[in-house]
Amino acid sequence: MRPGLKSRADGYCGFVALTSRIGEWSLLRQLGGRDKLARGEAAQSVRSRTLEPRTVQADRIVDSICPYCAVGCAQKVFVKDEKVTQIEGSPASPISRGRLCPKGSASKQLVTSPTRVTKVRYRRPHGTEWEDLDLDKAMDMIAERVIRTRKEFWEWESDGRRTRRTLGIASLGGATLDNEENYLMKKLYTAMGAIQIENQARI
Amino acid sequence: MPGLGTSFGRGGATTNLMDLQNSDCILIQGSNMAEAHPVGFQWVVEAQRRGATVIHVDPRFTRTSALADLHVPIRAGSDIAFLGALINHVLTNDLDFREYVVAYTNAAALVDEDFRDTEELDGVFSGYDPEQGSYDPTSWQYAGATEAAAAGQRDPGQPGTPDSAGRHRSARSETSGSGGPAVEAKPERDETLQHPRCVFQVLKRHYARYTPEMVQQVCGIAPEQFARVADALTANSGPERTSAICYAVGWTHHSVGVQKIRAASILQALLGNIGRPGGGIMALRGHASIQGSTDIPTLFNILPGYIPMPLAHEHESLDDFVAEDAGKTGYWGNMRAYAVSLLKSWWGDVATEENDYCFDYLPRLTGNHGTYETVKAQIEGGCKGYFVVGENPAVGSANGKMQRLGLANLDWLVVRDMQMIETATFWKNGPELETGELVTDEIGTEIFFLPAASHVEKAGSFTQTQRMLQWRDKAVQPPGDCKSELDFYYDLGERIRAKLAGSTDEMDRPLLDLTWDYPKDDEGDVDGESVLREINGTGPDGTALSSYTELKDDGSTACGCWIYCGVYADEVNQARRRKPHWEQDEVAAEWGWVWPANRRILYNRASAAPDGTPWSERKKYVWWDADGGEEGTGRWVGSDVPDFIPDRPPDHVPAEDAQGPDAIGGKDPFIMQTDGKAWLYVPVGLADGPMPTHYEPLESPVPNPLYPEQQSNPAIENIESPVNPINPSFSEVYPFVFTSYRLTEHHTAGGMSRTLPYLTELQPEPFCEVSPRLAQERNLEHGGWATIVTARTAIEARVLVTQRIRSLRLGDRWIEQVGLPYHWGGNGITSGDSQNDLVGIALDPNVHIQDKVGTCDIQPGRRPRGRALTAYVAAYRRRAGVHDPEASADDREGDDS
Repeated sequence: MRPGLKSRADGYCGFVALTSRIGEWSLLRQLGGRDKLARGEAAQSVRSRTLEPRTVQADRIVDSICPYCAVGCAQKVFVKDEKVTQIEGSPASPISRGRLCPKGSASKQLVTSPTRVTKVRYRRPHGTEWEDLDLDKAMDMIAERVIRTRKEFWEWESDGRRTRRTLGIASLGGATLDNEENYLMKKLYTAMGAIQIENQARI
Repeated sequence: MPGLGTSFGRGGATTNLMDLQNSDCILIQGSNMAEAHPVGFQWVVEAQRRGATVIHVDPRFTRTSALADLHVPIRAGSDIAFLGALINHVLTNDLDFREYVVAYTNAAALVDEDFRDTEELDGVFSGYDPEQGSYDPTSWQYAGATEAAAAGQRDPGQPGTPDSAGRHRSARSETSGSGGPAVEAKPERDETLQHPRCVFQVLKRHYARYTPEMVQQVCGIAPEQFARVADALTANSGPERTSAICYAVGWTHHSVGVQKIRAASILQALLGNIGRPGGGIMALRGHASIQGSTDIPTLFNILPGYIPMPLAHEHESLDDFVAEDAGKTGYWGNMRAYAVSLLKSWWGDVATEENDYCFDYLPRLTGNHGTYETVKAQIEGGCKGYFVVGENPAVGSANGKMQRLGLANLDWLVVRDMQMIETATFWKNGPELETGELVTDEIGTEIFFLPAASHVEKAGSFTQTQRMLQWRDKAVQPPGDCKSELDFYYDLGERIRAKLAGSTDEMDRPLLDLTWDYPKDDEGDVDGESVLREINGTGPDGTALSSYTELKDDGSTACGCWIYCGVYADEVNQARRRKPHWEQDEVAAEWGWVWPANRRILYNRASAAPDGTPWSERKKYVWWDADGGEEGTGRWVGSDVPDFIPDRPPDHVPAEDAQGPDAIGGKDPFIMQTDGKAWLYVPVGLADGPMPTHYEPLESPVPNPLYPEQQSNPAIENIESPVNPINPSFSEVYPFVFTSYRLTEHHTAGGMSRTLPYLTELQPEPFCEVSPRLAQERNLEHGGWATIVTARTAIEARVLVTQRIRSLRLGDRWIEQVGLPYHWGGNGITSGDSQNDLVGIALDPNVHIQDKVGTCDIQPGRRPRGRALTAYVAAYRRRAGVHDPEASADDREGDDS
């Protein structure tokens, strides 16, 4: 605050309270204080001054990597009461230096989205609606179908040459998954004899 | 990535994002880096602050162009004509970095006298079989190499070569992801580069007609603009300066995609920009671990570490399998050790020398088993079970209708995702229900939707765009039934093995003998680090290996992916290293782990001159220190892990009969190549020619001015299906070019972005971008609706009339392009027609990737609904003369357009 303004206000006895409220007027603090562009302290109110970011309240901060494009920006995941409360860029990364793009910045919603499906959904052949299905039962049904289709389409030979494979089962996807996951996929599929394994990374 | 793989030996970006700041000139082409890789783009901006010139060559003026020093609009699909002209400019004006070119590239190698160029054969190379639409590459060999082992049979798995049954072989070029294809002998060389058959002269003749005038005619780029690019690149290359090239799917998604990257590789090799700080080729990949899922492939034709899948007609035993590579020069010569270690990793104690290490447990290929062939097989009834895991082909793959018709003809489908994506709901709300092409209760597909864990609900590693593995810790447990893929596949394997236990059927042995026992963490989830350790590999004493050089072919070592060997060195998860960048130098070698061997810039021995000294103080990176080793011996030293044998002196000349790494000379920086050189000319390993050649996309509005007799890639792979009709080129019915792209605020097929409120608010609706000239021609109103039509279907989108899309002048005619973001589908908070439904399938013969560019018509207003839509599209096909096996009575009744 400009000294002149302050001294004039002091001259009115009984108006101390008022002046202090005027002193709270952000425009005056902007003009008189250091924050000329009002992007920091000059823009704060009594209430906002006492607020703290939810990152401060986190029980723990976990290091992660953004799941969108392949730049591989480092993320910090803030967890409170076993829920993700915020995801921010990690300044330590030599690649991203703390930055995230709009997608990376929105990635908390990827985790906490209200439309995220968290229960198994099942559509029977010719069905017109989704049905509930127990996860354990679903896994068992899938295993049975793999065994059945694998056998049905099993091929020891093609044109007299050994092929040892099934052309009945295919798989698509992998570029959004972890290396360890891709590894188990390729290992299991190859042992099954399934060869039509593909993902987004054709080139 | 055979474009980079055949050129330099490894199919990965040769450099890293941070090193772009050291560039003096950056050419971004086939990429809108500022919008598709925004955080990576900070390093381009950093370079610019240091004085670098940034050039963006792209059909659209984007945020990348806005920050570039120069934007050059180009007709989509014409990149090779442009790059070829830059190569011609360098060669005819002697602007190449001659010492680098002679020493480090195959410019001096002599080509077989039977080789004939496209200039002599009206647009095809020698060895072309028009009946098969494929090449026999025998005549492309180096001189003297053909006698060595009857080259025609030497590598019979060559792509495009028909086998005895007349079918196309699988894409062996994929295997050059790490290790270039084998050549039989070190070629004869003429280091004066004057011999008419030396690669340098062959290249010069091949590109002689790629002139600035031709660029204007093909690409719509004025000669002055071309000259500015050529001058910037050549002025900023040489001993003191380096230029980098960045690309993304704007190059890869083409029927000549591999050759576009090859053209950039040739240019960078001629300018001496590979293996040096500020140089290189930065491949910008689109998914968090797309590099990882190629290295450890969920791909049909390779095993981990780019070991090829065996072929039924060639590989009956392990010996046959490794014969093509075993004992060859360079590190690929140790192929047997890599293959045996993988088999040991998968089948453990059961894999013994006596049983060929269970080599026979591997299924064999008989051709192209890529995704589009698989979809065709689904439609035809030959493939009945399908797992779709973190991908959304109903929106993200070309020709969406074909995808959905395939899905509708399965016995069972498992979809694993976080949101209810279109691939899981095609039976409920797919576009074919509206048109009557599918009826819900007639679809017999049984569908399991299993919810997936998110990236913070599981621990694991991604391999990002510069080959870096970065580990994520688990923050929280996944909710409800959500599971990681690690848990899902482990559980599935356990159940299948339990159900088959006791089986005596030989077909079940690979499953029952599989090593499938991983520890679990406190929450009962599979411990990802134990899987990473298996990938890394273990030695005879069971401890983690630290380098692939330790791998043996006697069964004493196990390794799940040889190029990742070292990621668990010293029993430490090296991918989890997170030393802040402010505590390290610029290379930041202690953040994450990069394959191979934590090398950050590949081929960095080339950052030094042949004698081992830095090319210049300014571009010093890795060099030979004659006293650098222990006991006063010499050693390669510098800022990075040397991509070379650490103690091999620059003057080392290998023995004539040397094999494997022993055969690498002291001046051979490309250690994965059999001859140690960067390949300007690819004598073996590609399906569509040894040098990039301009061909038009399969659907093009113009004839090919360079080769009037050869319109499109002669080795193009067609997917013949009634639901994949192709627009005829130069058709007045489909007069415009369409091209697709990403927006910053959305991600690929939209499952991870159209479901998020923040992102949908930022980009709420699909749109098409058109020039003011096209808007006027077709009465398109800014903010109104337009219908875009191809032979496949018609979609609608909001119109954005903008000068960001330039009308291009090609000779005496104007070319108009329609830009289409491709993120939308029927589900999510924001929905709309899928752009990929427009795209036809015609594939690059090396990698089976489709053209993202095609031709179309555009009309004002919304598209017809229901059956009227198929009739509308069929009427277009008839007018264009498209062969139309789908035509029905309905279509004819609806023909009123």
